Amino acid sequence: MRDITDRALDTAASQGASYADVRVVRRLEESIAVKSGRLEGVSSSESEGFGVRVLVDGAWGFSSSNWLTPAEADRVAAEATRIARASATALRNRVALDSRPPALGHYETPLDIDPFTVPFETKIAELLAADEEANRVKGIVYTETTYGAQREWKTFAASDGSFTEQVITHVGAGIESNAASGDEQQRRSYPDAGGGWQAAGYEYIRGLDLKGSAGVRAEEAVALLTAPLCQPGRRTIILDPSQLYLQVHESCGHPTELDRVFGTEASYAGTSFMTTDLLESGFRYGSDLITIVADATAPGGMGTFGWDDEGVAAQAVPLVQNGIFVGYLSSRETAPRIGRQSGGAMRADGWNRIPLIRMTNINLQPVPGMSLDEIVADTDDGLYLASNRSWSIDDRRLNFQFATEVAYEIKGGKKGQLLRNPTYTGITYEFWRSCDAVGDERSYVMLGTPNCGKGEPSQTGHVGHAVPGARFTNVQVGVGNG
Amino acid sequence: MSVDIDPRRRLALAEKVLLAAEQAGATEAEVLVLADDSALTRFANSEIHQNVAETSATVNLRFVVGKRVAVVTTGRTDNDGLVALVEQAASIARVVEELEDWGGLPEPQPITEAEGGWSEATASASPESRAEGVRAVIAAADEAGSVAYGSYSTGAETIAIANSKGIRAVQRQTSAQLLTVSMAPNGGTGYAEAVSVDVDRIDPAAIGREAAEKARATQNPVAVEAGEWPVVLEEYAVVDIVDMLGYLGFSALAVQEERSFYEPGRRIGSDLVTMVDDPNDPNGLPMAFDFEGVPKERVSLIDHGLCGEVVYDAQTAARAGRQSTGHGLPAPNPYGPFPLHMVMSPGTSSREDLIGGLDRGLLVTRFHYTNPVHPKLCVITGMTRDGTFLVEDGKIVGPVRNLRYTMSYLDALAGISAVSAQRKTLKGFLGGVVVPAVRIDGWSFTGTTEH
Repeated sequence: MRDITDRALDTAASQGASYADVRVVRRLEESIAVKSGRLEGVSSSESEGFGVRVLVDGAWGFSSSNWLTPAEADRVAAEATRIARASATALRNRVALDSRPPALGHYETPLDIDPFTVPFETKIAELLAADEEANRVKGIVYTETTYGAQREWKTFAASDGSFTEQVITHVGAGIESNAASGDEQQRRSYPDAGGGWQAAGYEYIRGLDLKGSAGVRAEEAVALLTAPLCQPGRRTIILDPSQLYLQVHESCGHPTELDRVFGTEASYAGTSFMTTDLLESGFRYGSDLITIVADATAPGGMGTFGWDDEGVAAQAVPLVQNGIFVGYLSSRETAPRIGRQSGGAMRADGWNRIPLIRMTNINLQPVPGMSLDEIVADTDDGLYLASNRSWSIDDRRLNFQFATEVAYEIKGGKKGQLLRNPTYTGITYEFWRSCDAVGDERSYVMLGTPNCGKGEPSQTGHVGHAVPGARFTNVQVGVGNG
Repeated sequence: MSVDIDPRRRLALAEKVLLAAEQAGATEAEVLVLADDSALTRFANSEIHQNVAETSATVNLRFVVGKRVAVVTTGRTDNDGLVALVEQAASIARVVEELEDWGGLPEPQPITEAEGGWSEATASASPESRAEGVRAVIAAADEAGSVAYGSYSTGAETIAIANSKGIRAVQRQTSAQLLTVSMAPNGGTGYAEAVSVDVDRIDPAAIGREAAEKARATQNPVAVEAGEWPVVLEEYAVVDIVDMLGYLGFSALAVQEERSFYEPGRRIGSDLVTMVDDPNDPNGLPMAFDFEGVPKERVSLIDHGLCGEVVYDAQTAARAGRQSTGHGLPAPNPYGPFPLHMVMSPGTSSREDLIGGLDRGLLVTRFHYTNPVHPKLCVITGMTRDGTFLVEDGKIVGPVRNLRYTMSYLDALAGISAVSAQRKTLKGFLGGVVVPAVRIDGWSFTGTTEH
């Protein structure tokens, strides 16, 4: 790779770039989909290319290509500098990067079983077996059992002498069972909607035991068809990790992205209510029980790496400490504007996209005391909500509304009656301030999503969320069910 | 531009891979080549902050042995990459389970070239020309005392398909999009967007003025209560309704999986609602054939409020015992066929007529972060954004804070009481859509926020 990276950096410098970096990325992906007992699709894809990012006259330019030749490296680097000069014609503040030592080294996702060496027929057989269990349940109209794996070989080089190589592997699998009757349609997923994903090898897939859990979830999907509606009202709710991770994602992860705070996503996904004056004033984001950390070193998380895509080493950055807003996800460009060093959150979706501030692993820290089961036992009257069905939040990340696949009525510390079409809504900081119980280490699990969207052109990010489950009081539920 | 988007050479590449697949033992094979040269200039805080370009080509091979189907994609188009592609596809196809209801690859049909899908101006757009357009948007914002955010993109793409049944299809297309959010002091925000095959038909200054004017008009919004409100939805909001209907209801796969609201002849809208998927609409982004090489048909989705047809790809058509309508996406495609060119028929009302028909209601510019709450009932939740106004006695009174809604889009269609004569071409989930503004008698707002 050195021939490509050196050539691109040399050309960028000769064209006037004050800073340049180049990423060469090869991505291998495979996926399997089984639907209602039949193999629906098996696919494999390979993508390889490089992107060159430059600063000229204080303005950014980026170009990319999937032709890995020295001549193309020259062309792309020159095009990036031309684009940067065009950017400079509409520039009001020159870009300044924080300083950091050159990044050097190698990182690789630790794993036991390489998913790309497990034969397709083995993986297919395991998915079909799980799918069959779900389809045994009377009333199921279709099932979908999926598997996916992604590996990236990423070389990063920068004009400051940085040179890193990383091999990052993510795997995921899940099963969805769908029941329908008339206008009603219900779904139950395992391990959660969209499947379970981790930075790991095939041992993670085996550990999910899809087959062992498929039947129970399918029976719940059928039972939900005739379950009572979740009625509107203000209730105490307990969020299972399968829903809590998305609550963290939408209402803490995204609003603490510092680029969003500075308006650079305003025309697409919006801005953030978590403005820098709130950081300075020690804004109370949640109750004392809420501590949230962006930890790019967490084992198994899809936001775990050696260095981000600017060559900043992986680190753990506190975002909320005992309920107080204390930090942001940041980059080399944005962090200096608040007098800090980059927290290492710049990540790009492949060779043909620029790095943006993305979530790493945004983790709600466990609180010693009660497991999730013990929180249920401690709840006299409430709802237990699990597995996301729908999500929406406003363009400053204040008003959110989620639907989950299922709610269980809690009476006298015990989960009982299933409730259909549950939803809950609130204002972000009011909701987190209402948290009166967070699960301990025994309930702490690493989850995540491979489908976090951001940016123009669009980018899809893989992010992790370790959460233990938590309880919230006086929450509006049952929106639209009145 | 360096990418080879020459149609003949892209088709020749597809044929080369097809031959290799057949020699490797495929009983059926399909090769889809996508070559793309695109760029996007992004601006925020009235300056360009991101500015990117991409040159790429991918080869997608569907390799079939009997009823065993494998799909392999590569971005490596050198000889070694293509050899590896075929070897990988052949090895997967040998070991996978049979697809019991595999209907076979589609047969060739005559393809009529889509007119108006290509613009040399768009294909040759430069970073300097995009920057010039951005400066015009920023100047309009400066003039109005607001701050500009947005993006200006241009792209050219060639799609070439060869399959073992004899399909040989190639087309090239361009598209350009300029969108901007303008932010004024005291909470004012406005939005405007233009989409066209031809970048020269986009007037950046006009787009900038539209957004900036609205930003100025939305300063100091006041709170209103959630509840049932009559509304006028501008085109930027209507696009979400059209898209969701296509996604949730008018795909044959959604019907086959019993997750669609669709029933032939079912009334789901007022008489004023007529919607087609028309790949040749001159206002849209024309396309001759789908990603399986099947000519795209014009499909009537809703006719004066009644459900018409749904769209098919080859596999869903085979299951239904009929022909594909030319709505296939690249394989593998778990989402099923999709209407990429939805067009809603115009009405007769002016914008003033629409607003004038509200005794007390809300004018909504656009929606934000919408998501299905109950797919089969088409219940969607989302927020208003970038310009929401109170209307009384047919006149705009002033701006209001944003609201959350939780609403069946089928109920929305049923409540449409007026449709504008003018329409806009906008980007939808996956394709270009042509939509009017509408007045709806009842809209369920279920929450409020702080801005």
